[in-house]
Amino acid sequence: MRQLVPGATIDGFTLTEKLPSGGMAALWKASHPDHAETIVVKIPFLDPGADASILIGYEVEEMIHKRLRGTHVPRFIASGDLAHVPYVAMEFVTGTSLAEKAGAAPLPPEEVTRIGIAVATALADLHGQKVVHLDLKPENVILAQRGAVLLDFGLARHAELPDLLGEESSVPMGTSAYISPEQVLGERSDPASDVFALGCILYQLATGEEPFGRPATFAGMKRRLYHAPRRPREANPAIPRWLEAIVMKCLEVDRSRRYADADQLAFDLKHPDQVPLPKFERAGAASWWQKFAAMFRRPDDSQLVGPASTGRRSAGPSIVLVAVDLASGVDPLADEVRSETARLLAARPDSRLACLTVLKTEIIGETKLADETGRSIYLKRLVALRDWARLLQLPDDRVSFHVLEAVSAADAILRYAEQNRVGHIVVGARSSSAFRRHLGSVSTKVVAEARCSVSVVRLADGRDEEAAG
Amino acid sequence: MRIAVLSDIHANREAFEAVLEAVRELAPDRIVLLGDIVGYGPDPEFCVEKTAELVDRGALCLLGNHDEAIATGGAGMTPNARTAIEWTRERLAPAHRSFLAGLPLSVEVESLLFVHASADGPAKWHYVKDTDGASRCLAATGAPTVFCGHTHVPAIFYALPNRRPVHFRPLDNVAAPLSALRRHVVVAGAVGQPRDGNPAACFALVDTDAATVTMLRTPYDHDATAGKIAAKGLPAWLGMRLKIGR
Repeated sequence: MRQLVPGATIDGFTLTEKLPSGGMAALWKASHPDHAETIVVKIPFLDPGADASILIGYEVEEMIHKRLRGTHVPRFIASGDLAHVPYVAMEFVTGTSLAEKAGAAPLPPEEVTRIGIAVATALADLHGQKVVHLDLKPENVILAQRGAVLLDFGLARHAELPDLLGEESSVPMGTSAYISPEQVLGERSDPASDVFALGCILYQLATGEEPFGRPATFAGMKRRLYHAPRRPREANPAIPRWLEAIVMKCLEVDRSRRYADADQLAFDLKHPDQVPLPKFERAGAASWWQKFAAMFRRPDDSQLVGPASTGRRSAGPSIVLVAVDLASGVDPLADEVRSETARLLAARPDSRLACLTVLKTEIIGETKLADETGRSIYLKRLVALRDWARLLQLPDDRVSFHVLEAVSAADAILRYAEQNRVGHIVVGARSSSAFRRHLGSVSTKVVAEARCSVSVVRLADGRDEEAAG
Repeated sequence: MRIAVLSDIHANREAFEAVLEAVRELAPDRIVLLGDIVGYGPDPEFCVEKTAELVDRGALCLLGNHDEAIATGGAGMTPNARTAIEWTRERLAPAHRSFLAGLPLSVEVESLLFVHASADGPAKWHYVKDTDGASRCLAATGAPTVFCGHTHVPAIFYALPNRRPVHFRPLDNVAAPLSALRRHVVVAGAVGQPRDGNPAACFALVDTDAATVTMLRTPYDHDATAGKIAAKGLPAWLGMRLKIGR
């Protein structure tokens, strides 16, 4: 193996400075005449006799990293021929390692929330590219100016590529502090595993403790299937109840009770006032008889972790936004919008709905809602929105309500959809009047500019003529 | 180099023609036919003649067990397969039969070994349908990558020395990577009688520069083929299975 010293070159990359690295690979800062930016070159320790898992991890990382795009991963630059000069060259990402933050935990709830939103957004982007990270931990996250950046895809899984690691080992692969219960059982394909790991990280950031410690044995890792960690507020009473609820929902053993995906987790972190607070049962409340009976009722491990989330994901959009025009009350068009929304939600039982209505303001910056009258208009509209949604019969954790104040309803809808990574927008369209043709309608603008699918709901035969006015 | 790999045509003219049209558009550097040109299907003469034409223009073609059975009889085959072989033999002219009899059992192109069933005794027609079959196939040759057919179910096996190969069911029309560190057994799906639940014809495209293999699917009029199978008095199941891809 070649000597790695400053000034050495590999495939045109000149190594400049050794970076701290783990046991699998050496990390070097490097430069290349074709690239102005600073580069990181990752060189696996492949001495003769090295563990084959290092080789396979490198192979997996190269295969997956080069397919990833976007701001939430380091830009892939090049990789060497695996058989001769194995290396991966990537962009050097400037920022703070999340490990540094974890070292300073407990952090204030606002900071935990901010970090949670950033990492959940990065995960949603990764999962959208059909990749599950499977080794999410503070060391593998950089908090950069552009958002959270995820590192190290050596244990990752791409849904369309072979799982070269999958049949390698019967021991669970991952980091014991953050590994999900289904990974402990050997499953390596569910994005829900990354949501669990992020839950562990948020728990740690909020309390300063790792929820499951760092068990060194298989049996120790398996404990998380049967024993929930103590509630974050028991460790740190300063944690708000809504944040505790979010963390505990990430840590559900049964994947069907976890967040359906990282987008929904980010949504809750962005809207704390909309998080339903569960009633946690007091530990130790069970009688000796209940405990005794439970010993004989212990279900299969595979039953405990529930069905994989992958099937549900393809059934429909995760977050649906419905924009309801209630300026003239609930009219036939609003009814039709509700019916369409119900059909969309039925396709995916773990989807959630954001109901939005816009209070139009005349001038930008005018704070209509600040005074007493404004407040009552706002509340009236919120009540009307909740009443409109009542017939959908959605449980609290599937629906949220938002009254926005804006000059342009279309802009407000579009901005909201983008900020919350909405998967599908439902909006009603009035039949076209000369007035609307001249000014352009809300739905037209939403359809033209939305970055997701949009359903435009119309009434047949101009049944809304009188309602539209 | 890009090579189109066509396996198990099985006298299915409609599937063969649809695949050849797709291959023309891809304009590969080479075409390799992995054998079983005949058997099961209603158009053996057309398929043999078309194959001979391709071979004249530089394609490589291997012997499959159904091609061999035209000369040797269908001993050991299922009753449906044997019925079809007997029916086929009567229809083929001496020229067709001598073309089939002259096909080789394996051929090597650069570092790729092509064989109908398995490199592990090519004339024994072993199936590579699991990791054990793939291990035996690789143990029998020094070639880094082996291409075979015979199972009618697309698969790629990724192997490292002293380890069990990893099985992968490649997605249709999505390029699967080949690893520079590994040896591979690539099992191409069937052109003329797919058995993976998708009735569309399957063939493989290997790109040695990009180090990828893609299982490409071409839908064809399988009702027409099934209709011919019924009209020519071949066993009904042979038509039915084309519709369901089993």
